[in-house]
Amino acid sequence: MKLVITVIGLDRVGIIAAVSAVLAKNQVNILSINQNIMDGFFNMVLMGETSAQSATNLEALQEELSVLGNELGVEIRAQHAEIFYSMHRIG
Amino acid sequence: MLNIADILETNSMIHDNKLDVRTITMGISLLGCVHSDGQHLCDRIYDHITKEAEHLVATGEAIERELGIPIINKRVSVTPISIVAAGSDLKDYVPVAKALDRAAKTVGVNFLGGFSALVSKGYTEGDRRLIASIPEALATTEIVCSSVGIGSTKAGINMDAVAEMGRIVKQTAELTKEQDALGCAKLVIFCNPVEDNPFMAGAFHGVTEGDSAISVGVSGPGVVKHALEGVKGEPFDIVAETIKRTAFKITRVGQLVAQEASQRLGKRFGIIDLSLAPTPAIGDSVAHVLEEMGIESCGAHGTTAALALLNDAVKKGGLMASSHVGGLSGAFIPVSEDKGMIDAVACGSLNLDKLEAMTCVCSVGLDMIAIPGETSAETISAIIADEAAIGMINNKTTAVRVIPVPNKKVGDMVEFGGLLGYCPVISVSPFSSAAFIKRGGRIPAPVRSLTN
Repeated sequence: MKLVITVIGLDRVGIIAAVSAVLAKNQVNILSINQNIMDGFFNMVLMGETSAQSATNLEALQEELSVLGNELGVEIRAQHAEIFYSMHRIG
Repeated sequence: MLNIADILETNSMIHDNKLDVRTITMGISLLGCVHSDGQHLCDRIYDHITKEAEHLVATGEAIERELGIPIINKRVSVTPISIVAAGSDLKDYVPVAKALDRAAKTVGVNFLGGFSALVSKGYTEGDRRLIASIPEALATTEIVCSSVGIGSTKAGINMDAVAEMGRIVKQTAELTKEQDALGCAKLVIFCNPVEDNPFMAGAFHGVTEGDSAISVGVSGPGVVKHALEGVKGEPFDIVAETIKRTAFKITRVGQLVAQEASQRLGKRFGIIDLSLAPTPAIGDSVAHVLEEMGIESCGAHGTTAALALLNDAVKKGGLMASSHVGGLSGAFIPVSEDKGMIDAVACGSLNLDKLEAMTCVCSVGLDMIAIPGETSAETISAIIADEAAIGMINNKTTAVRVIPVPNKKVGDMVEFGGLLGYCPVISVSPFSSAAFIKRGGRIPAPVRSLTN
């Protein structure tokens, strides 16, 4: 299952490191990272892949990332990539 | 490969512009539940619905979490009860409505539609009993919705039913007067009803449908308005194109949700309803889309043209995004469920006459409109007749869901709560239509029904 993880919030040291650590722990392989800083705001879109198909795993990951987001003061979302493919790609 | 702008656009639609999937509706045929014993019939209906829809809500919630898009409602529609209960020994169908209510609550959906009768050309005994049961059924249940089809392009208009439905609306209002006639918000009177509509209160699972089906209603007026903010002052060609592109994206999400839901629930995919359905929340209004096109306040001259363009562009954009399109498909204009409409009524720019004109080009009809409690049954019937005539002649679905709120006068605010919203009471014509309604009989099918 392909995942899209988006992180938005105030920039600080260690956001990517912390998010990557949670992904590694949950067996999510990182396929690409796009990140920039706009007006002091940190924007990151990360594509990941996991062999796990079950929704319970995604739910656990979402929960863990949400806790991390609260700690870091950023908003972290993990979504099934299919919604983005459906909306922006035909075929 | 996805690019960052696409991903941020999708999430901005969801989080800033209130993009959501409005409903996953499971249509369930109850024809297999038919039984001559009323108690048995009710038990079989309860058992069948709770079995078929057992996993509907949990599945909807799982899809919602995985895709990161809200799915606001999970609902059930069933075969019109006038057909299902016709062979039973029940003299009134209130017990069936109660069984439906219990079943809907057990599976956790927020509305169930199908306490319905289709009498475009005439009544069966089952239709007669069902219609007579509507006021008490709606007063003694919470989440059961009722609809009655009183006309069609093919059959003409059953004016006896039109007259009766005026009285039924009044009785329903009276029995639910403690809740500002809330019962009437769960009752829709249709011309050209559709059998696969996933939206309440008018959803039912038609007899031409299969055992069950999953249909999805999409939404997103906030997203359309946001897109139009980017083309201020541009000609209508660009407005239409912008709406089409946006509707395409919205519908693709609906199609994905429908596919996932039908696959996981093991049910046939029915249709996507290409709709713009507002809510009373700020930033979720169809009226605001019309105002974004350059109308100062919804209801001003130009509103009907703006709505016609919107309605058509939503369909054109959505058509290619979905494999099966159906339901009511178009922009909804329920007054109490749309912040822009509520404000427009309050400031005097929108009245019943303009709303009637708008129903010629929107997806349905006069919807969620509070009228004075003293409005007569005959006047309500005449409103229904006018609306049905528009539907019959224009070969489209039209409907009436008006709420004559006891003890409320023009301008008083009425609160229905939740998605049903709130609105000021709107005025109706003070002149009588009683002699017109008293005639009864049928308005013949129009010449355009003879298409063979």
